[in-house]
Amino acid sequence: MLVRPKAGILDPQGEAVGGSLRKLGFAVGGARVGRLIDLEVEAASAEDARTQVERMCQELLANPLIESVEIEVQE
Amino acid sequence: MPPRVAVLVFPGSNDDRDAAWALRALGADARLVWHAEHELPPETGAVVLPGGFSYGDYLRCGAIARSANVMDAVRRFANEGGPVLGICNGFQILCEAGLLPGVLRPNRDLEFVCRDVALRVERADTIFTRRCSDGQRLTIPVKHGEGCWFADQELYAELEASHQIVLRYAEDCNGSVGDVAGVCNDAGNVLGLMPHPEHAVDPLLGRADGALLLAALVDAAREHAPASAAADSTTGQASPSAVGAAQGLRGDGSGRALAE
Repeated sequence: MLVRPKAGILDPQGEAVGGSLRKLGFAVGGARVGRLIDLEVEAASAEDARTQVERMCQELLANPLIESVEIEVQE
Repeated sequence: MPPRVAVLVFPGSNDDRDAAWALRALGADARLVWHAEHELPPETGAVVLPGGFSYGDYLRCGAIARSANVMDAVRRFANEGGPVLGICNGFQILCEAGLLPGVLRPNRDLEFVCRDVALRVERADTIFTRRCSDGQRLTIPVKHGEGCWFADQELYAELEASHQIVLRYAEDCNGSVGDVAGVCNDAGNVLGLMPHPEHAVDPLLGRADGALLLAALVDAAREHAPASAAADSTTGQASPSAVGAAQGLRGDGSGRALAE
């Protein structure tokens, strides 16, 4: 799953990364920094796995006030 | 019998002892409580979640600590109206646990801020600020890298309407929405703040404004656990010098008290 700072939320880490890349001479516009979480989950189906991970996101893995989440399931 | 205040200790807490020291100096029976405990000590009158870097700030600061055993007991205590104070990392934990609104994010300028800051008391009618006056300025140190409090516009408007903003920085400190330094829950019995009152309780160390907040917490602990106090005929006499010092602290912010 990918956890990202929500659109419109200030991302100081991304700004620092963007600024540093520009300093190195790269033509970078914006930069946003998120987090990749790989999980191994036992599930009856891909749909079931997704449901489980969505619950994990709500309870711990992401803060819905500031972060958006994308989930990709691989069997 | 002095009122009992539980100071939680998580792996990575580092202001737990300072908090306990300050609370004891203000007349409390401060007990350090390990995160793996399922219950708070009997007759606990208030709970403090201290500063530090619980669980190495992994994932998001405060996110892992919210699932510690002791947090279930804290949630029950808070739901029964018990006074709960979160300082710095403790504030972050209470937000992540859903006991306080909003979230703490990395400081806007990515700098670790470590200095005395001026605060404005927005509400002097909470159990935590009742030794202060409305609009009073307090000087209390901060030391944090992730103290930028955030709420979206809708939530912020709700919190303003319900007067849950208790403390603000007198000037921008870390990019917090509305310069918010401390918020309370709807019921007013849970407060979180980024500044460290426990580092400002003795004029010998430069500042004592923090004692206004902590002495109020000790008062609240005494009121919340009256049964334990009544059980002892020496109620309120347990630590005459410290209690007297705490009682001498009344909103003038002059920082006398503990040295007396």
